[in-house]
Amino acid sequence: MSEHKGVWVFSEKYDLTLEMLRKGREIADKLQTKLTAVFAGHNIKEKAGELIKYGVDKVYLIDNPALERFQAEAYLSVLHNLAANYKPEILLIGSTKNGKSLAARLATRLGTGCVPDCAGLGVNEEGRLIGERITYGGNAVAKVTFRSKPQIATIPARAFEKLEPEDRKGEVIELDVQIEGPKTEVVEIKPLETASVNIEEADVIISCGRGLEKKEDKALLEELAKIVNGHVGNSRPLAEDRKWFTEWVGLSGHKVKPTLYIACGISGVIQHVAGIRDSKTIVAINNDPEAPIFEVADYGVVGDLYEILPALTEALRKQLH
Amino acid sequence: MKRIIVCLKQAVDVSQLKVDPATRRLITASAPKKISDFDKNALEEAVRIREKIGEAEVYTLTVSHEDAKAVLREALAIGADKAYFVNDPSFQDVDTSGTAYVLAEAIKKIGEFDLVLCGEASLDSFSGLVGSRLAELLNLPLIASVRRLTVEDNTVVAERTLEDAYETVKAKMPALITVTREINQPRIPSLMMIMKASKKAIVTWTATDLNIQQKKIGAKIEVVEVLAPKTERKKIMITGENSAEIAEKLAKALIQEGVVGR
Ligand SMILES: Cc1cc2nc3c(=O)[nH]c(=O)nc-3n(C[C@H](O)[C@H](O)[C@H](O)COP(=O)(O)OP(=O)(O)OC[C@H]3O[C@@H](n4cnc5c(N)ncnc54)[C@H](O)[C@@H]3O)c2cc1C
Repeated sequence: MSEHKGVWVFSEKYDLTLEMLRKGREIADKLQTKLTAVFAGHNIKEKAGELIKYGVDKVYLIDNPALERFQAEAYLSVLHNLAANYKPEILLIGSTKNGKSLAARLATRLGTGCVPDCAGLGVNEEGRLIGERITYGGNAVAKVTFRSKPQIATIPARAFEKLEPEDRKGEVIELDVQIEGPKTEVVEIKPLETASVNIEEADVIISCGRGLEKKEDKALLEELAKIVNGHVGNSRPLAEDRKWFTEWVGLSGHKVKPTLYIACGISGVIQHVAGIRDSKTIVAINNDPEAPIFEVADYGVVGDLYEILPALTEALRKQLH
Repeated sequence: MKRIIVCLKQAVDVSQLKVDPATRRLITASAPKKISDFDKNALEEAVRIREKIGEAEVYTLTVSHEDAKAVLREALAIGADKAYFVNDPSFQDVDTSGTAYVLAEAIKKIGEFDLVLCGEASLDSFSGLVGSRLAELLNLPLIASVRRLTVEDNTVVAERTLEDAYETVKAKMPALITVTREINQPRIPSLMMIMKASKKAIVTWTATDLNIQQKKIGAKIEVVEVLAPKTERKKIMITGENSAEIAEKLAKALIQEGVVGR
């Protein structure tokens, strides 16, 4: 096992790659080893050098038309070839849906373990990687370590902040790798055009749950959002059951970390709460005094959201101006 | 005749989990178990495919170190034709790698199939790795995180939910699909369906029946700690004579916290 060396980072998303590099750098320094980014795509040579500014010692550049867009088998074969050859000790992979599936398949090919969605990451006294992840539907945080190498962990977006770019030394090594053909065919891609694509970056979020009676009533939240420069979000049933929206906040949706999260007509079931736990301040408005959301809120109001929300909008309008 | 195999995990019902407030440990031993939600969606989808194309059979497959008969009976009531249960005490500590390996061996023993359906992730551990691992072990085309599925002759067409797009993907069968909860609303079995299910077959296998190599089910990861997160919230309830008064107090508090008007 000791032949495995170095920390590698890969994501098909550039920003996520940069975020992981920060953590990768920290771990590589602790283990006194090198940090490598695997950078795959087409016509990306110029961008490869840029990665060095964000902390890598080495970039493995694989520039190939077959890698133009993310394609599972193509990317999998690249990573598998490189990892089987150069044997990294740690591999951090961006936890997008595609990235996670890629990590699972890569771990299987390499006969190793994989710990997904690590929002925290470190190494223990023995130099083994330890990942922290939410489990049991948001009821707990698990610390998980590895018994095999490479140690593969997937890292969600915005778990870490990217480093400030600076001039550093590093090398770009271009490699030619055997690329497998696809087993599936993409026939259409429909971009999601909802505003909440960026909800994970919002500073203030006002969310509604099943306490909202009609889709149009979301305007009540939008009014408040205007005053505090916020985003509007929702719990899952409004998307999944009522089909009013396509996205939601929570464990299986967007994990958010705003300065202020206002939950209106949301009961506070653990899967929702797991997605808002990192908010600085949480406000709950709910007409049921027993609603569990009050247990995880900094400020609670027992009342009808149809009365409280407009009043709050008005009060903030007055007090802020 | 098409054959669809649905992988079903017996999961801890996380909504009924209790936490010991002194130690922040979860009380899992007494927690009730059920079919993992996403897997139930997978089963529902398989049954709907059979209803649509007629000529199809739906098998479920469950791997567990403990008893799971109640879960298998429920699956049969929902509409599976036959349930396979791989039950062996040696599976106690398996991780996703071991689970996928046992599932793969069981599927090889079942033989022919056209589709394997799995939930995108499990309700309790929520790792979301087994489906992808299984596809790799069986060398199957994989379409993960599917919210809409159509079977046409020998192809599947599936719409995937990605972070920023819906992606429609096609694959030749046999293929492996993992589904999201959006894909359908699982039916609740009627008394009739439950009674009918009692006549259906459950095939039970042990590790030996599948020639499982113990070294291949050894865990590759190790859970060192599972604790409920600390909640350090202020829990201040704001009250007042009327909504306006409450709102004014709340607005003031938020401004004092410095979380609005920044
Ligand atoms: C595996 C899994 C993953 C999940 N992932 C997520 C996830 O990521 N995100 C998510 O949100 N859910 C998720 N869920 C669903 C979750 O379990 C809950 O069902 C959901 O969060 C409940 O949404 P809600 O609070 O809007 O609805 P409810 O639980 O029905 O709560 C509605 C609340 O509104 C209050 N209310 C009603 N009328 C008013 C009014 N006029 N004024 C004020 N309050 C009012 C009620 O008192 C009640 O508390 C998941 C479930 C599972 C099984």
